[in-house]
Amino acid sequence: MFDIKWFHEAESVKDAIEKLKSDNDAEIISGGTDVLIWVRDGKYAGKALVSIHNLNELKGISLESNGNVIIKPSTTFYNITNNDIIKKCIPSLGEAVDMVGGPQTRQTGTIGGNICNGATSAESASTMVALDAEIHLEGANGNRVVKISDWYTGPGKTVRDRCEVVTKFVIKKENYEGFVGHYIKYGKRNAMEIATLGCSVLVKLDSSKTKIEDVKIAYGVAAPTPIRAKSAEEFAKGKHFNENLLKEFGEKALSDCNPRDSWRASKVFREHLIVMLAKDALREAIKKAGGKIDG
Amino acid sequence: MENKYVGKSELRVDAYGKVTGIAKYTADLAPKDCYIAKVLHSTIANGEVVKVDIEEAKKVKGVIKIFTCFDVPDIEFPVAGHPYSLDPSHRDIADRKLLNKRIRFYGDDVAAVVAEDEVAAAKALRKIKVEYKEYPVFTTAREGLSKDATPLHPNLFKDNVIAHIDFKTSPDFDYVKAKEEAIKQYGKENLIELEKNVKTPLISHSHLELPVSYAYVDVNGKITVVASTQIPHIVRRCVAHALGVPMGKVRIIKPYIGGGFGNKQDVLYEPLNAWLTTKVNGHPVLLEISREETIVGTRTRHRMDGDIKAVCTKDGKLLFRKLTNYVANGGYASHGNSITAKCAGIFKNLYKNPLGCSSEAYTVYTNSPVSGAMRAYGVPQAVSFAETLVDDLCHLGGFDPYKFRMDNIVEEGFSDGAVKFYTYGLKKAMEIGKNHIKWDEKRDKYKNQDGRYRNGVGMCAFMYQTAVYPISLETAGVRMIMNQDGSIQMQLGATEIGQGADTVFSQIAAETTGISLDKIYIISTQDTDVTPYDSGAYGSRQSYVTGNAVYHCGLLLKETILKYAVHMKPEYKLEDLDVSDNFVVLKKNGDKILSMSEVATTAIYEKDGVNQQIRAELTTETKTNTFASGCCFVDLTVDVELGKIKINDIINVHDSGTILNPSLAIAQVHGGMSMSLGYGLSEEMLVDKKTGKVLNDNWLDYKIPTAMDSPDFNVEFVVMKDPTGGYGNKALGEPPAVPPAVAVRNAILQATGCMLNDFPLTSQKLVEKFKEQGLIK
Amino acid sequence: MAKRFINLNVNGKDVEVGIDDRESLLDTLRNHLNLTSVKKGCEVGECGACSVLIDGRCVDTCIYLTVWAQGKKIITVEGLKDEKTDGLTDIQKEFIKQAAVQCGFCTPGFILKAVEIVGENKPYTRDEIKKLIAGNLCRCTGYMNIVTAIEHAIYNNLKQKGIKYEIANNKSSFNEDEKILDEKLEKVLSNY
Repeated sequence: MFDIKWFHEAESVKDAIEKLKSDNDAEIISGGTDVLIWVRDGKYAGKALVSIHNLNELKGISLESNGNVIIKPSTTFYNITNNDIIKKCIPSLGEAVDMVGGPQTRQTGTIGGNICNGATSAESASTMVALDAEIHLEGANGNRVVKISDWYTGPGKTVRDRCEVVTKFVIKKENYEGFVGHYIKYGKRNAMEIATLGCSVLVKLDSSKTKIEDVKIAYGVAAPTPIRAKSAEEFAKGKHFNENLLKEFGEKALSDCNPRDSWRASKVFREHLIVMLAKDALREAIKKAGGKIDG
Repeated sequence: MENKYVGKSELRVDAYGKVTGIAKYTADLAPKDCYIAKVLHSTIANGEVVKVDIEEAKKVKGVIKIFTCFDVPDIEFPVAGHPYSLDPSHRDIADRKLLNKRIRFYGDDVAAVVAEDEVAAAKALRKIKVEYKEYPVFTTAREGLSKDATPLHPNLFKDNVIAHIDFKTSPDFDYVKAKEEAIKQYGKENLIELEKNVKTPLISHSHLELPVSYAYVDVNGKITVVASTQIPHIVRRCVAHALGVPMGKVRIIKPYIGGGFGNKQDVLYEPLNAWLTTKVNGHPVLLEISREETIVGTRTRHRMDGDIKAVCTKDGKLLFRKLTNYVANGGYASHGNSITAKCAGIFKNLYKNPLGCSSEAYTVYTNSPVSGAMRAYGVPQAVSFAETLVDDLCHLGGFDPYKFRMDNIVEEGFSDGAVKFYTYGLKKAMEIGKNHIKWDEKRDKYKNQDGRYRNGVGMCAFMYQTAVYPISLETAGVRMIMNQDGSIQMQLGATEIGQGADTVFSQIAAETTGISLDKIYIISTQDTDVTPYDSGAYGSRQSYVTGNAVYHCGLLLKETILKYAVHMKPEYKLEDLDVSDNFVVLKKNGDKILSMSEVATTAIYEKDGVNQQIRAELTTETKTNTFASGCCFVDLTVDVELGKIKINDIINVHDSGTILNPSLAIAQVHGGMSMSLGYGLSEEMLVDKKTGKVLNDNWLDYKIPTAMDSPDFNVEFVVMKDPTGGYGNKALGEPPAVPPAVAVRNAILQATGCMLNDFPLTSQKLVEKFKEQGLIK
Repeated sequence: MAKRFINLNVNGKDVEVGIDDRESLLDTLRNHLNLTSVKKGCEVGECGACSVLIDGRCVDTCIYLTVWAQGKKIITVEGLKDEKTDGLTDIQKEFIKQAAVQCGFCTPGFILKAVEIVGENKPYTRDEIKKLIAGNLCRCTGYMNIVTAIEHAIYNNLKQKGIKYEIANNKSSFNEDEKILDEKLEKVLSNY
């Protein structure tokens, strides 16, 4: 049994906001795979919980007429991976969230929770950062839209106010169309892992499939928050690719990162992985996009 | 005549119950009105509790009572799962109280809350304030040996050394003298000397079921504890000791348990729970600790830190070795020095030592989690020392590790004075493993690789005692009692902990009595009030020791049946009769004389006869001990850029005598191999050096293998009938967990030329090493 | 704390349970409905011992609030039975036959996960099965026989449906004849 002050199952986003406002101890809960663990370990003990778990208006994925992909926050990882729109438009996001924890976590865990917990290690985060996702929020003082590049403020911290509810993520057409992505999660085990490092690459090749027209790379755990490695992106854009370029791409990426030492992994090791994974992820993305890489 | 049951892949007798949920474990049986107990743990690793303030905590609604380290009986008790020794000098170290004022590790037990529900108990815990006086923290054995380290148990030991041993091939062995002798015999230029250090990980058993118990005072005044334990009879003794009450006043009941692997071969929270119930008028109290508490505060596999040196000749003759092993035991003694001693013995015995061997060790109290028994009891560490040493020597000398072992490893008939290879299948096992892995072909093919992905094959051999005689008592009690229909209940003190003991005992009973397997009802629950004495599940002992008892009890039951049959049919002679498939039959032609139900029913209801319920009961003592052995071979690929290992093929080959149930035996080997891969690659409890706190106290950060980390395993047996085993069997429960880790390590050595010596071989450690050796930038 | 009644369908039966809002589904199933096959192993969604099927999907009940289960269909191993024979399901039989059970504590969770996997009617490879069961930890078996049991159950299911499926390990890990195993199983089952 959880040490919960009170519990409310929200009937609408408005209702949720109101209840969050009513008590400073109130926190939002969606899938519960993080929040309930925090209640148990004491960090959230005694909190009041406002649940959006069963709120259908916050679930689902759709394709707007302008080509933008809309992901509602309470969509589970499982439903993202198995969604036809995701499979067609942004398969690498579906692949990335298919590496969260284990199958059971993916069944109940949601992308909203994954982005709102502010974790740099979150599986969806680096791909969402690479996709320049937009985060739509509703709060007591109205609605706002936050670019994911402005979202994270520190480890486990975001710009979201306690009483704000994410209503949707928007991935604009120009940010995914023509791009092919690959995500690598590096962990000590092959499942039930928190990433030692996560690396997401999106690449667009030219028509000859020998040149990088555009590329985006984002990391988890390479800094206190998920980050883009823009120097690497700028460096690689417009270049013909080969193994050497991949290597340089990784080295350039390192200059954008600021990993830290922890008992989970050393800074030096993470730096090594930043270079290696950039190379591997870009290589895989290029391959998926139909490019051939020469030695 | 071929066996009917023993040696066959019979299905588990408890499988139906376990796939349907009928099988009940401790927490499943707890009464609904149990109070909930929770324990407050210290947030320092070394020091003393000055004051505990429980005033605020007492006010929490639902709290029944709170007890602190100042309230418990002033009795120090032992917890090791060893039989009692009548010799006071061989008794386990009594160094722990129910709650402790003197704090010896981060997470030590300071206070306990009894409440109506778990939320109240948890809230109260958060409101207890503890004031400590702190001492400097030392977490390693080497630090513990320093003069600056505060003695943790000054009433028992003047310093922190629980024991210092040196097992030598001869009393006058000396490394320097041996070296002089070697130089004299072989010439300095013909010798290779190697010095190295190997560290082994602090491991959490990670059984799925948490250590849990509920305790109550029964109608007859007995303090009764239902507990998830491997050793109910030992728990009874230790609970009685801890509470200062007579043994008969304590009753322990053990239902099905969700794994133990040695952690539950220690007395854990049962004494505290037994005491708590007595303090709340005998009301049932449930004490279920969390996974975090289990990892930090129960027992662990010892972290050992061994300096090793050895000399061999340039033509591959291993001459002499020395191990100096620094063993961190944590804040309490638990099994004391016995695990270190077993490690030392196996290190010494595994190779011939023409010029001698010394296996020296210090078992030292430290401010780190307490180490105790874990599957294979010091032997995984022993081979981590011995078998990395051998491959490093081979690497330096250019020897083939297989051939080097064949030439130098322990030979047939070896005896260390107490334990002997009555049957010896080690070399045959190595041959099978070598052929399976295509050793010669691959060792050759994998030479001199470069590039990102590199392959290697490696091996590791081991030997292992079966049971613990003559170090301690080996005894087992069995009772068989027949129903009117000719079926029997069988009751033993030995415990089913998942290894399949109930199934194998049922097979032996069916084989020896002539009663068919489906009519043998084994009583899986041990209840110290009714179950005969047996020390319990550990040391791979039960199929050997208890199996023997079942065998003899079965023969006794059969004799009783036949005597009664002769009483019913005086025209037959006892020696002409046998029992087969639930009938008394004529030995010579198998003619059925009486059905088992006729005999049993008559025996019970015969009014003017020798009325009796047919039964047999006995205790047997086992006074032999035989070495089992075996090896692991592995083929793997190393991704040197990412430090990732992919196992392509792996096989364990076991010399464990005859195999009583191949399907269960193989399944058990799989589990052991998996456990060893965890030791080799991913598992280690990380203890903060400054605070003594365990950093990764959950299953996200403490990494046992998942299905995705587990290759398919191959298993072979060298089957030889050991003359000392009931049906020719030797140890198998623990040995599978011994060799894979080191075989993997040795395969990485072949693949990369890198000698890795700090287990587990995590990706980070591999990458660091590969950088150091210039394999990658 | 608020108490409320919720309606669930548990193992095919509609039930109304009075619960505390603070309960996990693990608490409710064990303490109110006595479904003790749902095991507590870690309480944080790392081990899968508390897995049950909620509307056909396998979920860790230790981190799932009971209030969320209102109106949902829940299956635990206590509720598994073969539709035709009323006895053990094929998956349970394969777990017994392939020696996939040891201490048994993780077994109910694995079996329910297997129900979900087999029910998808897909010809999963051993590696795919390993990925699908990676949220369930087992310390006794090294997973090998569990994978084999699930593989066999998939095979039996697809065969019935006329879908071709090749099993990598056609035999049990201990090389026992399938017929002998079936005979032994029949003997065991006749006891219940």
